[in-house]
Amino acid sequence: MSTWDVLLWGVLPYVTVAVLVLGTVWRYRYDKFGWTTRSSELHESRLLRIGSPLFHFGLLVVIIGHVIGLIIPKSWTDAAGLSQEAYHVQALLLGGIAGFCTLVGIGILIWRRRTTGPVFMATTRNDKLMYVVLVAAIVVGLATTLLGAAGGEEHNYRLSVAPWFRSLFVLQPDVASMSAAGPAFQLHALIGMLLFAIWPFTRLVHAFTAPVGYLFRPYIVYRSRQGGPAVRPARRGWEPI
Amino acid sequence: MRVMAQMGMVMNLDKCIGCHTCSVTCKQAWTNRSGVEYVWFNNVETRPGQGYPRRYQDQETWKGGWVRNRRGRLQLKAGGRLHKLLTIFANPVLPNIRDYYEPWTYDYENLTDAPLGDDFPVAQPKSLISGKSLAVEWSANWDDDLGGAPEHGPHDPIVERIRAESEEKVKFDYERAFMFYLPRICEHCLNPSCVASCPSGAMYKRAEDGIVLVDQDQCRGWRMCVTGCPYKKVYFNHRTGKAEKCTFCYPRVEVGLPTVCSETCVGRLRYIGLFLYDVDKVTAAASVADECDLYAAQLDLLLDPNDPKVIAAARQEGIAEDWLEHARRSPVYRLAKTYRVALPLHPEFRTMPMVWYIPPLSPVVDRLVETGHDGESAPNLFGAIDALRIPVEYLAELFTAGDPGPVTEVLRKLAAMRSFMRDVTLGREIDESVPAAVGMDAEQITEMYRLLALAKYDERYVIPTAYEGEAHQLEEIGCSLDVDGGPGMGLETGSGPFGEASGRPVPVSVETFHALRVRQTSEGIADPQTPRARINLLNWDGKGRPPGLFPPPREASPEPGDITEGGAEPDRRAGAPTLEDRR
Repeated sequence: MSTWDVLLWGVLPYVTVAVLVLGTVWRYRYDKFGWTTRSSELHESRLLRIGSPLFHFGLLVVIIGHVIGLIIPKSWTDAAGLSQEAYHVQALLLGGIAGFCTLVGIGILIWRRRTTGPVFMATTRNDKLMYVVLVAAIVVGLATTLLGAAGGEEHNYRLSVAPWFRSLFVLQPDVASMSAAGPAFQLHALIGMLLFAIWPFTRLVHAFTAPVGYLFRPYIVYRSRQGGPAVRPARRGWEPI
Repeated sequence: MRVMAQMGMVMNLDKCIGCHTCSVTCKQAWTNRSGVEYVWFNNVETRPGQGYPRRYQDQETWKGGWVRNRRGRLQLKAGGRLHKLLTIFANPVLPNIRDYYEPWTYDYENLTDAPLGDDFPVAQPKSLISGKSLAVEWSANWDDDLGGAPEHGPHDPIVERIRAESEEKVKFDYERAFMFYLPRICEHCLNPSCVASCPSGAMYKRAEDGIVLVDQDQCRGWRMCVTGCPYKKVYFNHRTGKAEKCTFCYPRVEVGLPTVCSETCVGRLRYIGLFLYDVDKVTAAASVADECDLYAAQLDLLLDPNDPKVIAAARQEGIAEDWLEHARRSPVYRLAKTYRVALPLHPEFRTMPMVWYIPPLSPVVDRLVETGHDGESAPNLFGAIDALRIPVEYLAELFTAGDPGPVTEVLRKLAAMRSFMRDVTLGREIDESVPAAVGMDAEQITEMYRLLALAKYDERYVIPTAYEGEAHQLEEIGCSLDVDGGPGMGLETGSGPFGEASGRPVPVSVETFHALRVRQTSEGIADPQTPRARINLLNWDGKGRPPGLFPPPREASPEPGDITEGGAEPDRRAGAPTLEDRR
């Protein structure tokens, strides 16, 4: 366990979380107006209609997969009677398909962004950087899924990455586990941390305001000019009789 | 009964000459910036015609507004909440920019810079979206004044429906064509489907005056409101990624001024005033089974401001006395409910629109006059209204979900007024039977004539102000659109770290304060080094070019006698040409 290991797997994660949380708070306070999806559907919708759902729904499944793989300890699935092989099959199927969809989706979206004139013109440098990191995270992540399917102790992230990930939350980072993980996993984790670090400063913030509340609010929204209840002080002058 | 106040508008279509002054002044006031080049909060359409955006009335395509489902309940035509969230990544029915039109400018520089040659240089159209040359093929008023009507007219969704229903064709040949203008703004509906469609809850109806607005800080650009609005009066700013819409000029209305479109209307055809309505009954009224009953249901929502019970209930809701007073004098209430000459636009969308229209009698009068008849005699007009099916049916499809009854009644009232007032003006014997034929009396007809024909400014616009107690807050609230790229983009707010349009808006009052201070304290006309400086021409005696009259040139290369002495880096936007640049 070298100093590098401690820095990468013991310090960097907390730096990332700090940047993510403080950056998001800062962005929300400073730049509410810039907090938007910056949709380009007005310019082009044919490719978007295929690429965007493919990417977003794929990503949602990928996120669920990460939660399952990283949060649920191996001992639990073992206790439930799910063998290592069976787990791998479902992880490869679910993760592989979702990851592939995500990759194809973002591929279509980037192709569209590059080839549709108005959409490319609306692309900022910030967007391009974000795309590089995002695609890298997806590609390396997909690679680790395939590696994990190949089997082997060093590719079993549930014995290396997952314990480290969980240990971060109890503030006792299990650096040793992570430093024992394969290089692909380490790279994916690093890119992932980079992605979370730049998240608050890119258009990705729109994910934090996913409109789930829409399901529960009344259709018509009334708001008073003052922000509070509509109270109208009577004007000076004759009282009504 | 829960009484709420609603700012409403009535437009008298007989008076609209299609000059587009309302559209132009509105554009100058609100959408004169990049990102909303294609946006017209106010537009004037020629009917029959496709409208703007193209064929927006065809809800089978655009899925706007509400529908009544089998259980008799209202449902968004574009799908419920869950469906909306599932299609949020790519809205399946969002209009493309080409359904509006691709905005363009002209390459004027070529006119002066083109090399000498045999041909005259031309200013080619350039797309404001991509910057490339484009072939102009459509715009917001492509079929203005029935231009190209033989080709474009049959695609008017109403023309299509009339043909399907009555086997009769709307004629577009010159001799038999009819037309009128339809100015449109946001309807500020009582049951707004755009508000209901907004996943973020950024769109809202103001509790005080019913104006429907978009909270620019809360909008996340999910684009569902654009689909939700059946009038397609919510637009997507492609630069800021936020929805924008007609604001009913709320900063003006709050201080008792009419909207810009009304103020500048050449024909003086717009009326602004208050409605009082029962908010508890809106949903029930919008859900009546028969579409043809929607107009009547909407009328029933409007409460009589002279009814003591209504007044008491309104007071209980905290509506101020001067608002009640204004509601009693409201011209829009008189036109819509007392005289029943104003009709809602497309009530079948079930949004309870609050911009009402007095249908035009002119197609009928024109036809009479063209065929050599007296266009001002009551029997002629009454007969023609009954005989001329096409204009009436067309108007009915616009204003009463296809029921010709209410349209005929309105037209008869307008005809009676026309005929009756001619007798009065010419000093003839007054025929009391003419008003009686339309269920009115001479006095009422005269009052209606005063409101419609004389249309005095303070009778057209009866607008209560937001109170004095709140006045200081009104300024501080500011205009949330007032950021770079926002309507208040006069500020040199520059760009935040996340590209244009990021960062915090500067409240209107702060901007005004700075401008005022500069004006009062600066020695010269303006300080060119101050980004927010305003030029005060009142300090200029008209002689010479004092420092600050023009912004510094782009490259700091002071010429002898030029306005910039120091040659400091000019602080202004790139691309804004000045007189200096053109020399």
